Amino acid sequence: MRYLSEYRDPKVARALVDEIAQTATRRWTLMEVCGGQTHTIVRQGLDEVLSSSVEMIHGPGCPVCVTPLEQIDRALHLASRPDVIFASFGDMLRVPGSECDLLQVRARGGTVKVVYSPLDALELARRTPNKEVVFFAVGFETTAPANAMAVWRAKELGVENFSVLVSHVTVPPAIVALLESPDNRVQAFLAAGHVCTVMGWEEYEPLAAKYAVPIVVTGFEPVDILEGILMAVRQLEEGRHEVENQYVRSVRHEGNRPAQDVIGRVFQLVDRQWRGIGMIPMSGLGLKPEFADFDAELKFGLGGITAIEPPECRAGDVLRGRLKPHDCPEFGVRCTPENPLGAPMVSSEGACAAYYNYGRYDPATADREA
Amino acid sequence: MASDSQPDAPAMTEGIVCPTPAPTDDRVQLGHGSGGKMSAALLRDRFLSRFTNDELARLGDAAVVELNDGDVAISTDTFVVSPLEFPGGDIGSLAIHGTINDVAMMGAEPQYLSVGFILEEGLSFDVLDRVVASMDTAASAAGVTLVTGDTKVVERGKADRMFINTTGVGRLEDTFRPSPEHAKPGDHVIVSGPIGRHGIAVMAVREGLEFEVEIESDSAALTPLVRALRETVGSAVHVMRDPTRGGVASALNEISSAAGVGIELEDHAIPVPEPVAAACEMLGLDPLYVANEGIMVAIVAEEDGDRALTTLKSHPLGENAVRIGNVVAEHPGMVVLRTGVGGTRVVDMLPGDQLPRIC
Repeated sequence: MRYLSEYRDPKVARALVDEIAQTATRRWTLMEVCGGQTHTIVRQGLDEVLSSSVEMIHGPGCPVCVTPLEQIDRALHLASRPDVIFASFGDMLRVPGSECDLLQVRARGGTVKVVYSPLDALELARRTPNKEVVFFAVGFETTAPANAMAVWRAKELGVENFSVLVSHVTVPPAIVALLESPDNRVQAFLAAGHVCTVMGWEEYEPLAAKYAVPIVVTGFEPVDILEGILMAVRQLEEGRHEVENQYVRSVRHEGNRPAQDVIGRVFQLVDRQWRGIGMIPMSGLGLKPEFADFDAELKFGLGGITAIEPPECRAGDVLRGRLKPHDCPEFGVRCTPENPLGAPMVSSEGACAAYYNYGRYDPATADREA
Repeated sequence: MASDSQPDAPAMTEGIVCPTPAPTDDRVQLGHGSGGKMSAALLRDRFLSRFTNDELARLGDAAVVELNDGDVAISTDTFVVSPLEFPGGDIGSLAIHGTINDVAMMGAEPQYLSVGFILEEGLSFDVLDRVVASMDTAASAAGVTLVTGDTKVVERGKADRMFINTTGVGRLEDTFRPSPEHAKPGDHVIVSGPIGRHGIAVMAVREGLEFEVEIESDSAALTPLVRALRETVGSAVHVMRDPTRGGVASALNEISSAAGVGIELEDHAIPVPEPVAAACEMLGLDPLYVANEGIMVAIVAEEDGDRALTTLKSHPLGENAVRIGNVVAEHPGMVVLRTGVGGTRVVDMLPGDQLPRIC
């Protein structure tokens, strides 16, 4: 923990806030890609103290939020089967499907287990050979290596009652989709430090050059984020558009090669539906044909399960930074963490949850709210 | 049960044959809940051998205890914690401390306890004996007497080894009646010790998580702290709460709603032990919402706030007591936290349990 406290030092943070204010000659619009960063920003009130120099818009980097509705419905279907133990990271349990969520399925008798690692799910499968164990493999490049490793190990050990429901996505195609969008307002990106720990930042260099946009690989603590913002603002002020690395204690240019190798051995790039955003070509990871035996979609014939997203949830606009969570008409009205319309309201990385849980006390609106 | 006793049923001759009766002395069996000799033996050997006092020994249908004129506080709580034993405590000590603390938070001096056990068939006597011993130690240390009890045994699979219900009563003084609605603007918000230890200790065992430093539950009876506050600052203590499930954040939200006041916290003042912070970091949990079983939140009138803090700090249970914020007139019903960077955020109630995050 000691290594973390220096990145939370209020004095250092306040000095950075001042420096950003002095550096910015105008108000810039930045997007933090990752939901973890969104939560630090809103939790610590960084957007509040920076509001005169930068506008932070919150990106699509919440794996829970972008997992398509039909994948959630497939998960719910599997978890309801008496022969299945459905294993998932805790985040996914409250994400609403078309009809209900995994917690409700569990209450009705489904077996849903929270695991901290896909390898725990594999171990569970080995211990309970009379049940099918399905792991919900979601996430960006950050969780992909461990999930790939679980599938690799399952094949190596011949664990036949283990499979994964895959909904992996990758960051660069999402950044391209945002930049190509005609109403894009983002002038610089904070790239997600954990994703780059795995992937490095080579793949961001052509993006920075082609779209003339600064990209700063950034960590997750308040001081990290403020430093990342300062580096991005400096680039914007100086008219540069490079990929820079703030998160030097974790990220190397080439990333983590062994982790990339295991991803490459098990997964391949596929078209992927993003909840609220739509299809982004070659933006997801799917199992390679030689691992088809471990693909829960094939094993349980889930192809027939499709879903239509409810129109009242504007998660897509939130995930693309077009709409601030509290500007959504349903925010806090019909959509709350208890009764969410969409995933961003319940994920620990969701922007709507961040605004709802860490909402500001604003004296100006206090009378109205009281 | 008559349908089970068919001696000629084929399953008994062809299937599993039990050549010798299973040993009866190391496990709870359904018969221990029958009300017959086995029940009496269970009571005598496992409970009365530990809980020794005249009132319980009478084995009446109810205990008769003396109540002086004046009010008593009564509280009941049921304990279903899994695992039964964890670093720093077990379901038994927890069942004593939890109920004592609930009574004590009303300002009362806990005196008597009842206990109800639900035992699952097959529970080992080793575990039961350890839990009962730990209850006895906890109750004696806190000066409360366990005066009446009940035991039920349920079939295997109908309970998770052991559930315990305890009810506590304690006498109240007219001059010391802390209550959530008494919080007033200007009051100091004090916690008596570091937060989050119980919840993380239990979760670490349950999930098989290993940390460099073992985290122990803070499970303890808060009676001595309450007594000390009553004797030094008395009615200046406006509210006391033990922030169990839902943690400090939920307790403060309940207080701010009950009193119609706001509460302002300083992020940097909140005492989170390093191992708890590290575990929360890893699991994606917020220590403000993690359960505690041995600390209290005290809300004390401004003029006596420092004295209350000194009082708490002079006791080993409260040596790390610290003021974490203030009661304010603004934003009634809302708990607001000031971050190190100078921003603010609302610390709301959680809709349900905290769920560990993906990455």
